[in-house]
Amino acid sequence: MRTLETVLAEHPFFAGLEQRYLQIIVGCASNVVFEKGQIIFREGEEANRFYLIRQGRVALEVHAAGIGTLTIQTLDAGDILGWSWLVPPYRWHFDARAVELTRAIALDGECLRRKCEEDHDLGYELLKRFAEIITQRLQATRLQLLDVYGAEGHISRRGGT
Amino acid sequence: MVPRPFRLRQVRRETHDTFTLELEPADGSDSFCFRAGQFNMLYVFGVGEVPISISGNPTNPHVLMHTTREVGTVTKAMGKLRSGDVVGVRGPFGTPWPVEQAEGADVVIVAGGIGLAPLRPALYHLLAHRDRYGKIVLLYGTRTPGDILYRRELQRWRAQFDLDVHITVDRALSGWRGNVGVVTSLIPRAPFDARNTIALVCGPEIMMRFTVLELQRRGVSPSHIYVSLERNMKCGVGMCGHCQLGPFFVCKDGPVFSYNKVQHLLEKREI
Repeated sequence: MRTLETVLAEHPFFAGLEQRYLQIIVGCASNVVFEKGQIIFREGEEANRFYLIRQGRVALEVHAAGIGTLTIQTLDAGDILGWSWLVPPYRWHFDARAVELTRAIALDGECLRRKCEEDHDLGYELLKRFAEIITQRLQATRLQLLDVYGAEGHISRRGGT
Repeated sequence: MVPRPFRLRQVRRETHDTFTLELEPADGSDSFCFRAGQFNMLYVFGVGEVPISISGNPTNPHVLMHTTREVGTVTKAMGKLRSGDVVGVRGPFGTPWPVEQAEGADVVIVAGGIGLAPLRPALYHLLAHRDRYGKIVLLYGTRTPGDILYRRELQRWRAQFDLDVHITVDRALSGWRGNVGVVTSLIPRAPFDARNTIALVCGPEIMMRFTVLELQRRGVSPSHIYVSLERNMKCGVGMCGHCQLGPFFVCKDGPVFSYNKVQHLLEKREI
């Protein structure tokens, strides 16, 4: 049977992380399962965890009056869900809902923050990995904001008249 | 340079602002041969002429297909045409997708919005000669689920075991169960061998730039990435100069270019 430590080591987010750090992190980890349609967290709630998705799909949603619930991003196996546990005031900014049966590893944010304070090398390693993810998502968000297919409105392919 | 008359067999509505014309020669001839990636100049008599990519099957030359968006005078007039109407066709023009060069390699097709239309003939070709290629992956991004082109065909392709189809939209209401995110986000996990892959990319230019960056990050060589450019084509044969891009005429030297051939031009703001 595969241990939680092995599963963590195999997740892309922790790829290449030293064994000693994995041993520390595993103490904050637990397996979780979300049924299709289950809310994982809601906007404004305390953000005290993050998730390594192993299987399934999670939608990040926001409710807009007069429009309804909008999905702004989906996350799949191999993705990380949540970084609000890293930044005060530790509150979720969006809702997260399992679009299908989702298996994940939950990491206790408070436990991890404490361990990172005790061992800054571990903290630096984790922050480097989160910084990369945050950068990728920021770039993707900028591209979404450009609304490139909306801007494409003048293009008929080819031509435009 | 003289347009051939083609009769409209059918107009198929794809989305709220896009449609596909199915045409056949009105002069009695029974075929129209073209290569995937080429375009035609379509003339709506009394209104004007526009360049539109061919979106049909190059292995079936009896039906000529064009998918376009209603954006201007000519394409709006095109959208009002009915079965039996006649349009003028000049072409085919331009360079094709390098489907022969891709033989033996994996092929990843990245389409954005209506950019799927010029790529569909390439996909038809790849599937018609399936044993000549490694993995074939289609990554397709649109604005919303309502903007997805060729829905029925995509569903059929998704069900095939020898083709990986991944679709994403920039935003969706909560009923949508597919991917939400930009098309570039599909690239890191798409199943292809980056060292032996030919990438065919078509969409808005800004989407193609970011796609190329992500493909390169994944390890695809710029010389193996091909993009289809959109410029203001008029004559179709490199004479009028409307579509000039640096030393190239997009209608004649393109629209399909190897990325490393045009990279320096796409980065120049002045042209």
